[in-house]
Amino acid sequence: MRKIEATKITGAVIGLVRKASFFLRSDVLSALSKAYRAEKNIQAKKILRAILDNAAYARKQKLAICQDTGLPVVFVEIGQDVAVRGDLKEAINKGVREGYKKYHLRDSIVSDPLSRGRSKSPVCVIHTDTTGGEKIKLTILPKGFGCENKSQLRMFKPTANIKEIKDFIVKVVKDAGPDACPPYVIGVGIGGSADYAGIMAKKALLRKISSRNLKLEKDLLRQINKTGTGPMGLGGANTALAVHVQTYPTHIAGLPVSVNISCHALRSASVTL
Amino acid sequence: MKKINTLKAGQEFFLSGTIYTARDQAHKRLVGAINSGKRLPIEIKGAIIYYCGPTQTPRGKIIGSCGPTTSSRMDAFTPLLLAKGLKAVIGKGARSKEVREAIRKYKGVYFVTYAGCGALLTKHVKKAEVAAYGDLGPEAILKLEVKDFPLIVAIDANGGSIYD
Repeated sequence: MRKIEATKITGAVIGLVRKASFFLRSDVLSALSKAYRAEKNIQAKKILRAILDNAAYARKQKLAICQDTGLPVVFVEIGQDVAVRGDLKEAINKGVREGYKKYHLRDSIVSDPLSRGRSKSPVCVIHTDTTGGEKIKLTILPKGFGCENKSQLRMFKPTANIKEIKDFIVKVVKDAGPDACPPYVIGVGIGGSADYAGIMAKKALLRKISSRNLKLEKDLLRQINKTGTGPMGLGGANTALAVHVQTYPTHIAGLPVSVNISCHALRSASVTL
Repeated sequence: MKKINTLKAGQEFFLSGTIYTARDQAHKRLVGAINSGKRLPIEIKGAIIYYCGPTQTPRGKIIGSCGPTTSSRMDAFTPLLLAKGLKAVIGKGARSKEVREAIRKYKGVYFVTYAGCGALLTKHVKKAEVAAYGDLGPEAILKLEVKDFPLIVAIDANGGSIYD
């Protein structure tokens, strides 16, 4: 069995914090550039230009793309034939703590959600999954909360039709309106349980934005962009850049649908150790 | 300062002068202080509040990334602050009917600025210092000197709104 030191994981997480916070994902940049080129609304075009300029300036100046450097969500895929020497969770949390400090990112985490006490040792949300082999894949998604606040879950009846589901997803985006920094990327999880649908919706944001999409995704994107919310809610044809749907088997009695919205600053980074 | 009352929804405006950052917890404290008759740590009359909690300041820079946060979370607090003389607020996104009505009543202005462009906006901040509630960390009230800070009028002093 392969062995890996926890300190190596901490180091890798520090690197991911830097990469995700300063360098906007290339697929997101491409999608924004495409939106900028296609946008006809003058004000929307101007805002898209500013968003692209912001990404370039952040990269050059080593400034956070957005001041909301997020609640760090870390996905771990750990091979069954690798053992971590040390505490895996603590290694990840330490990487986040040190990375946020080192790169002057905002510590947006309160240690208690009710008392709102400031955190001395910020932690992240960690989702761990096992796979075959002896590698560990780490992915960080620093999730801004302006958009996280607009997430919704609905438990549909199993007899619900596709139109009802689509209407719900579009309504969630409409409800977010201009508040969550459009153009958005919409992650949707359909099936599983209430919690699993939520994780799928979040994971869907990690998928590379491309032109290869399901018919359902294309239909939803078209419908969402017809709402006319546009960048900063000032109109235009680009309310969302992409819709990503993930599905999973579910129970005969139900049909969970979870929608997770990402702002245009969709940041994530991965490394395989 | 008089000039901003004459702006119309949808107009662009470049602000130079002093603004204060304040977000959720700072608003809760300000309004709590007003309600219990305490003195406010900043002069609210004529002030401009920016809904913003910047990142830590990197070495050699004036401020870290400093874009707007969602304004609607401050909706419950804004009318009282406007009644106490707050001149204008800067944020992102839509506001409640109550806020819009208060803006009209007290002749305030609600501006939006480039959302999700916190790195770019650092160019317009010339000075930054903690003014109050330093214990709130990223939610402290900062006093910022800004130059040509890019804004769009979202709700004007007559209650006109870009979100209609």
